Amino acid sequence: MSGEVPADLLYTKDHEWVRPGADLAVGITAFAVEQLGDITLVNLDVKVGDEVTAGKAFGTIESVKTLSDLYAPVAGKVVRINAELATRPELVNEDCYGKAWMIAIQPSDPKATSTLMDPKAYTAHVQSS
Amino acid sequence: MSDSPLRRTSLYEEHVALGARMVSFAGWEMPVQYTGIVDEHVAVRTASGAFDVSHMGELRLRGDYAAHVVDHLVTNDAKKLVDGQAMYTCACNEGGTILDDLIVYRRSAVDWLVVCNASNRSKMSAHFARAAKDHCDFEDQSDATALIALQGPRALELLATLGPEAAALSALKSFTFRDTSLVGVRCTVARTGYTGEDGVEIFAPWHEAPTVWRALFGAGKAFGLKAVGLGARDTLRLEPRLSLYGNDIDETTNPLEAGLGWVVKLDKGDFVGRGALVKIKAAPLARKLVGFEVTGRGIARHGYPLRDLAGAEVGLCTSGSPGPTVGKNIGLGYLPGAMTAIGTQFLVDCRGKNVEAVVVPTPFYKRRAA
Repeated sequence: MSGEVPADLLYTKDHEWVRPGADLAVGITAFAVEQLGDITLVNLDVKVGDEVTAGKAFGTIESVKTLSDLYAPVAGKVVRINAELATRPELVNEDCYGKAWMIAIQPSDPKATSTLMDPKAYTAHVQSS
Repeated sequence: MSDSPLRRTSLYEEHVALGARMVSFAGWEMPVQYTGIVDEHVAVRTASGAFDVSHMGELRLRGDYAAHVVDHLVTNDAKKLVDGQAMYTCACNEGGTILDDLIVYRRSAVDWLVVCNASNRSKMSAHFARAAKDHCDFEDQSDATALIALQGPRALELLATLGPEAAALSALKSFTFRDTSLVGVRCTVARTGYTGEDGVEIFAPWHEAPTVWRALFGAGKAFGLKAVGLGARDTLRLEPRLSLYGNDIDETTNPLEAGLGWVVKLDKGDFVGRGALVKIKAAPLARKLVGFEVTGRGIARHGYPLRDLAGAEVGLCTSGSPGPTVGKNIGLGYLPGAMTAIGTQFLVDCRGKNVEAVVVPTPFYKRRAA
């Protein structure tokens, strides 16, 4: 399958990406977007200050045809959310690795990202999906 | 469904070449989308789109009693049809609930074609075969018959470029059909569809459908032709409120509560289900299928519970999605009779989140007169 896999990000098997930095920005990958099609609704069920659990849903994303859960890649505290997605879900189709970041997490364990896939591992995961 | 391998239509290679994503549907491997649901939806509303619906069932009844057999199995009045005319109808069981929704074509007084849903093919094939036994000839022609729907405001214009016989099809009135030849393939072309737009459905011999499909795409560019998958087929049928069997109607629903009373002709003479439908009609309907708009943040989906404003479960969403042309999140669902007035507010339980909705008039979308 096609879909860009940026080299500077980490990934989950559920097709979320994580941008390492002062906090961890989270979004969904181009592969996920391609599978979903036209995104019509992004519902973030968390607010700044909420705790999220790795592997548990922090929101939902809906396309014309289907609804999918958004899973927190790591445990921690939500420090930023992208409020623009509430009114502009199409940003996910337009710029999934940029303007369509969803939440940013301050991980409770600084080593939490070690559980995530690097671009090479994620590319292999997508090819076997 | 069964574990048997998925079947492919004769257009499978065309779909793959057009970049379709294929899914399993009613035992078939069918295209769900090519360029994107919204893109395909808009093409059909503004230009033209081609659908492979070869998975649908074609049942042929021939003989002196064929008309009687068909009319006895359907709720609409087949006796009103003339040669070359078709009608939409339900077929009910004795209890008055819906076995399938169909289009019945009168080729002649002694030659009838019935088109049924793919998901109901074996059931309806057996149903019609049983009724035909000892009365008329019955043949399930589904395996030999491909079906291409060409829909959209520019569909007839595009079709006309395929030659003089094709051009003559512009004279067909809505719900009429004729046998003809398209690029050397003998076809039956009907002015029918499932999108709320103008257009035709083309029956062709199974292995010759690719010839017709390629001819359409060969000429289609100037008419904005796109291939359209099951995804957009669903949004295109929902906006004009065309029922989907298995979602909005099934063997637990009757045509009167489903808003299909206009194809139930209780005074046409006896037919299967008439007795039950007479009784149902005599009392106020316990529930009705209504159209609604989700006014809160959410998209209603098939199977979501509907709740009153106090939170009590009162109904069921049968269809729902964003309506790309109407620009709203719309749906269909069964609500108690007392909650079906236009403007009635209620809640859609979107996976545990109650989202506001309101009953609105249907169809959600109606094309402008040409």
